[in-house]
Amino acid sequence: MVSTAETIQRIRRSRFNWVDMFLNALRIGAIVFIAVGLVGTIVKFVGGEGPSAEAWRDLVVGGLAQGAAYGLIALGYSMVYGVLGFINFAHGEVFMSGAMTSFFMASYFFDTGLWVSNFVLALILVIISATLTATIVAVLVERIAYRPLRDAPRLIPLITSIGVSFFLQYSAAFLFGISNKSVPQPPSWLLSKVDLFGLGWLRLEATKLLVIAIAVVSMIALYLFVERTRTGRSMRAVAEDKEIAALMGINVDRTIVTTFAVGGAMAGIAGSLWALLFRGVSFDTGFLPGIKAFTAAVLGGIGNLVGAMLGGVLLGLFEGVGPLLILDGWGIPGVSQLKDVVAFSALVLVLVFRPTGLLGERLSEDERG
Amino acid sequence: MTNGQLDWRKVIRTGLLVGVVMVFTSAIGMVEDFDERPVVVGILSLGFLALFWYVPRAAYKVGDEEVLEGMEVHPPTFQNVIAGAAVGAIGGVVLSVLVFAVNALDLRGVFVRLSPQLVKTLTFSESAADPNLAGVLVLILISTVLGAVGGGLHLVSDKLRRQIVFTVGAVVVVALLEDVISQILRTFGLSALVRAIYRDAALRLIPAIVVAALGFFVGGRERGGESRIRAYLADPDPTQRTRKSLFVAGVVLVIVLVAPWVLGSLLSEILATTGIFLLMGLGLNIVVGFAGLLDLGYVAFFAVGAYTSAVLTSPLSPFFNPEWPWWYTLPVVIVIGAISGIFVGTPVIRLRGDYLAIVTLGFGEIVRITFLSDAAAPWFGGAGGIRNIPGIPLGFDTISGSDPEYIMYFAAALVVLAAWVSYALLNSRVGRAWTAMREDESVAEVMGIDTVRSKLSAFVVGAILASLGGALFSAKLGSIFPTSFELLISIVILVIVIVGGMGNILGVAAGAVVLIGVLGGPRQPGLLQEFGEFKLLIYGVILVYMMLQRPEGLIPNIRRSRELHHEELSQDAWLGATPSEDTAGEGAPA
Repeated sequence: MVSTAETIQRIRRSRFNWVDMFLNALRIGAIVFIAVGLVGTIVKFVGGEGPSAEAWRDLVVGGLAQGAAYGLIALGYSMVYGVLGFINFAHGEVFMSGAMTSFFMASYFFDTGLWVSNFVLALILVIISATLTATIVAVLVERIAYRPLRDAPRLIPLITSIGVSFFLQYSAAFLFGISNKSVPQPPSWLLSKVDLFGLGWLRLEATKLLVIAIAVVSMIALYLFVERTRTGRSMRAVAEDKEIAALMGINVDRTIVTTFAVGGAMAGIAGSLWALLFRGVSFDTGFLPGIKAFTAAVLGGIGNLVGAMLGGVLLGLFEGVGPLLILDGWGIPGVSQLKDVVAFSALVLVLVFRPTGLLGERLSEDERG
Repeated sequence: MTNGQLDWRKVIRTGLLVGVVMVFTSAIGMVEDFDERPVVVGILSLGFLALFWYVPRAAYKVGDEEVLEGMEVHPPTFQNVIAGAAVGAIGGVVLSVLVFAVNALDLRGVFVRLSPQLVKTLTFSESAADPNLAGVLVLILISTVLGAVGGGLHLVSDKLRRQIVFTVGAVVVVALLEDVISQILRTFGLSALVRAIYRDAALRLIPAIVVAALGFFVGGRERGGESRIRAYLADPDPTQRTRKSLFVAGVVLVIVLVAPWVLGSLLSEILATTGIFLLMGLGLNIVVGFAGLLDLGYVAFFAVGAYTSAVLTSPLSPFFNPEWPWWYTLPVVIVIGAISGIFVGTPVIRLRGDYLAIVTLGFGEIVRITFLSDAAAPWFGGAGGIRNIPGIPLGFDTISGSDPEYIMYFAAALVVLAAWVSYALLNSRVGRAWTAMREDESVAEVMGIDTVRSKLSAFVVGAILASLGGALFSAKLGSIFPTSFELLISIVILVIVIVGGMGNILGVAAGAVVLIGVLGGPRQPGLLQEFGEFKLLIYGVILVYMMLQRPEGLIPNIRRSRELHHEELSQDAWLGATPSEDTAGEGAPA
């Protein structure tokens, strides 16, 4: 006779086996695919084909700069997910509102001459206004759309956020027009390459360095805010357990608003950086970076702030370098078109390999379920 | 209006909200665009409606009293009218601030639609040169009067209120459905009547009065037709209920079969589009509504079906072109759809619900970008897509997009098939497993349900239905491009399912008719072509509104709505037990 427990065990094993087999096949396939691609690219590189070392360096820096922006956006996703347990799809549009504001402010300063005469001041003002706008949008969205849904089943706020995202996106399209808006050129010293540390080979584009620097400063500021201040502590407490936090005298609603505000501010900064980096903004600017930033948040471990930053940078890097590094090795034509495929595949692979993210997720008990 | 007293804070807040809504509709260009579409000749334009519709509604709502168990109900007083008028006046003042701002500053650099033309429209003036003070005053006056009317609706009896709403509604609906009504009348040889009723797509004055009177009469009857259907369908006995639903579906089917010959080809086209979206809505309903898996990349299966069919039928398919007749491709489409369902489903099956949403979204984009890329161009034609897809051969003729009547029949047949599959599955072992899983996954698993297999089967059935839709879509269009399969479609189908009522076949049908039939698909026209470019914005608003006010959808699945309102039900029970003060939390959705 076989005991009941053993039978259940056996049934379980036999049931789950083929899913595991599929996943393992996928894992092995992915590793083989990446490895073969890498080898192919290295062989090409050694043989003098493909991009030069300088081109690789620029790709890496470009990826890092874009990744820094992803990281900033990812913080908002991660914090909201940590506190409320749903994907705030509209966060990409919050980012877009920041980028839009940056465009309008930048063109205003360009018209008044400040953009040319005192670029640093203009940039600071641009970033401040973008941050303010994005914060206001994020807080308004929370107040109008999410607060009434505090106790709803978890998919309801998610679907709501899709609606909000649509609304914001097409509002922007109708309010500001659907044309792509070009941000005025920054002064020439920002477009030229800087020889970092005087090494000679580390000549990097100043814009990208500036973007990375601003992003790093904002991330450190946010980290200190969350870890060191009283408000930050209450944010962490609410993320851990809302009810107990409320019992400890924390105003949960206000803390949630703060979370949205801080996330929105980061998205606003990211919007400015995006405008500076790509010099083009349109109403659908927020969509892809938004989804990729969420990918980054998952990659780093959702709810984990350092993870979000790391995930963003890694994703940007992977997206910048990956197509040429892996796909080109296979001899696939037109790899740069497949940038987004690489990013989304990264998402799938992260979830197949390590669903809790690189640094582990930090969620409260009822959000893990 | 708590305790029978005017709550001025609420009035001011609502008034400002009304103002913001009016400013927003003006700033997105809706007022201006719609102003060219008259509703009643010489009296009412759609722009006017778009601008002011919210005033009476908000003015009515500001007088609503939150009545909890154990609280006294105050009879409505004349204060309601004052509150409504105040709401309208504040809204009008906010709007007039916009008018002056547009006049004084040039805001067109930022807000493209804030032009002098808008000022002309808003102030009813011919010249935009100077701020037309009289026009602004008229604007505020109209807003105030509409607000007062809205507030005054509290004072009249329920019956009269319904009659008034029906009167206004009837005029607007008959005017907006000019296309359908005149087409039907023309089919029966009544072109003279059409000319008597409409001019430039708008109602003439006397027919408008007749229609209004009819609306007044219909609204005055004891029960509206809509609630009778609902009562008819809401039979407590589930077998009776489904039987009744089937009966209604049969009637609808007969109407659909006759429809194309009465409605002409433009409307058949709309019906065919609605049918294809309804088919996909039914498929997604299985995934989202029955099994509770949020799939945001549903369009991927649609694309797979369309491309499979296109590659197999088109002579211009770049890599492999066996030029099969459309019928032969169907088994292949089903098999490939199922395989892609398994392929997408398996890696994501153990993920949390919201991770699943984002991963499926990623898959949808991967599929689209892959079809679009140069890398896959040798197989699928890249951005050029696949052209020259022959239609559906029927022996005597080949059906393609130029015969929307027949395409509609095919769509209807597939919809019936999908509805039957949904219905049969829901009442089978696997359907019950889905329900159990949706309500509580751990409990379902403990009860012996193989959740992995249930989830995958939902994915696969959904994928097959979508790929069939794709096959029909490719035959209808004659050529397909990767841009036809953007994320927007996934979202629109999701909106159909949610607005209609998750988990309810009839609900999905209602959602498809309302959204795709009336408003139009993402790239396809609907009945209300006036809404054209604004429909995506409206989709967003509808989605948020439904989630906040009625998450169970237009025609809810009973079990599903119980799940959603479970909190409130328990709260009501608690209220009944201990009638006490101050229990209305700010959050609880009504």
